[in-house]
Amino acid sequence: MNKEVIKGSQNYIPVEIEDYPTTGWQKFKQVVRRSLGKELFVGLWVVLREMLKFNIHTVQYPEEVLPLPSRYRAVHKLLRLLESGNERCIGCGLCEKICIADCIRMETKEENGRKVVSEYSINLGRCIFCGYCAEVCPELAIVHGSRYENASEQRAHFVLKDDMLTPIDFLKEQKEFDGFGAVSPNADKLIKKTPLAY
Amino acid sequence: MDLGIFIFQTLIKILLVLLIFSALAGFTTYIERKVLAFMQRRLGPMYVGPFGLLQILADGIKLFTKEDIIPTNAIKPIFKVAPVILPVSAFVAFTGVPILPDIQIGDTTFQFLIVDSDVGVLFVLGVMAVGMFSPLLAGIASSNKWSLLGGARTAIQLLSFEVVTGLSILAPLMLVGSLNLIDINNYQIEHGWLIWQQPIAFVLFLIAGYAETNRTPFDLLEHEAEVVSGYATEYSGMRWGLFFIGEYVNMYIVSFLVVLIFLGGFGEGTLLDGLCYLAKVLFFIFLFLWTRAAWPHVRPDQLMWLTWKVLMPLAVINIVVTGLLVI
Repeated sequence: MNKEVIKGSQNYIPVEIEDYPTTGWQKFKQVVRRSLGKELFVGLWVVLREMLKFNIHTVQYPEEVLPLPSRYRAVHKLLRLLESGNERCIGCGLCEKICIADCIRMETKEENGRKVVSEYSINLGRCIFCGYCAEVCPELAIVHGSRYENASEQRAHFVLKDDMLTPIDFLKEQKEFDGFGAVSPNADKLIKKTPLAY
Repeated sequence: MDLGIFIFQTLIKILLVLLIFSALAGFTTYIERKVLAFMQRRLGPMYVGPFGLLQILADGIKLFTKEDIIPTNAIKPIFKVAPVILPVSAFVAFTGVPILPDIQIGDTTFQFLIVDSDVGVLFVLGVMAVGMFSPLLAGIASSNKWSLLGGARTAIQLLSFEVVTGLSILAPLMLVGSLNLIDINNYQIEHGWLIWQQPIAFVLFLIAGYAETNRTPFDLLEHEAEVVSGYATEYSGMRWGLFFIGEYVNMYIVSFLVVLIFLGGFGEGTLLDGLCYLAKVLFFIFLFLWTRAAWPHVRPDQLMWLTWKVLMPLAVINIVVTGLLVI
């Protein structure tokens, strides 16, 4: 049948498909091979081998959590400057403008000659997690965090300014955002060439 | 023996069988979920209790407290009584199975076998086969097309596999010359395990046993992919649970029978023999779970093809050859 060698560096394995039996004798041989030969007992052996190896793939979710790639777009965070601990947000309003779901609102006021953001909220009921706000932000202040467990009693949870802003005590644990288009750390390994036989 | 003591002893034994095997049926569901999970690289139930052991309890509470729904168009008396038939027939069949060898304490012998009948094998297989009425009636009475299909498949399975069960076991019985399970067991002390003399009968009986207990690869009655849940589609709560207690008790009966008839049973009845006996039974329970993890289901037409065109001729040939050798 179709046993073309697929070119390229990737390890695709072509499946071998035997010809279907046409005569009675061939059908009989197939039945014997399947019931007495490899197929039934190989199946038994494979599952037993997996049981003995005990190579369990289960992630026991609430206790164990898989790491998220840096491009993941979960609930937003507002970051602080690492040196001074001041809020990065300068209240420019670009995120509010670019938001296509129209869900970001901010209030600003003047304090000691500086523009200060007093209120900042994202309506998660409308947010489509497109990531434009994080992309447009000139100060890398609003970013997407990795908080995807957002079941809550109220829609407004997580998304008021106090919820999103890094608490000043946890400044050291604040992780820098890799950038909106950042690839995951193991991206090189995951890449495969498309199998095209040029 | 005094009649009063006899009745008292029998009642105790019945109670023991009932309690032990309804508990074991529940525990086997847990073992099944774990074994299937390990074979599929999963962990299975883990949250309720240590290693999910209390999952059985949680399932029990769920089954007992769930609403018992009876569909409007169902034939109510039959719908209600159908789930009872399977566990009742299974437990009654168990009275003919010696679950442990006799125990000698001082001068008195304590016999674990409840009904020491001279037609033991016939009794057990016959009463077990009555259990097939349960899915049949349930499927017909539910007024649901999936249930009806499941019920129809019960009839197919009954017609196909009872023949093989009977014929396959005939050859070893001809060698032994008795239908008493204890006699069969004692015969193997002298002549060695019957599996060496009757390997074909062993395989046929095992296959037929899988069909009798509705286990993969012959669980057509409740093929999820084809007929939703087959005969049990309309059942909920403890009525559904009864079907499953019956199914798991039947698994134990088939395992006990296979070990007793073909694998030497409990031999001479020493402690070591008794332990070996239980270990062999547990291996066959494991085999039920193992095949479930590995093998696909068969279609009803494949089942009938297999039975009538392959297994039955094999069984008949086996009987003829055995008969010639015995003569």
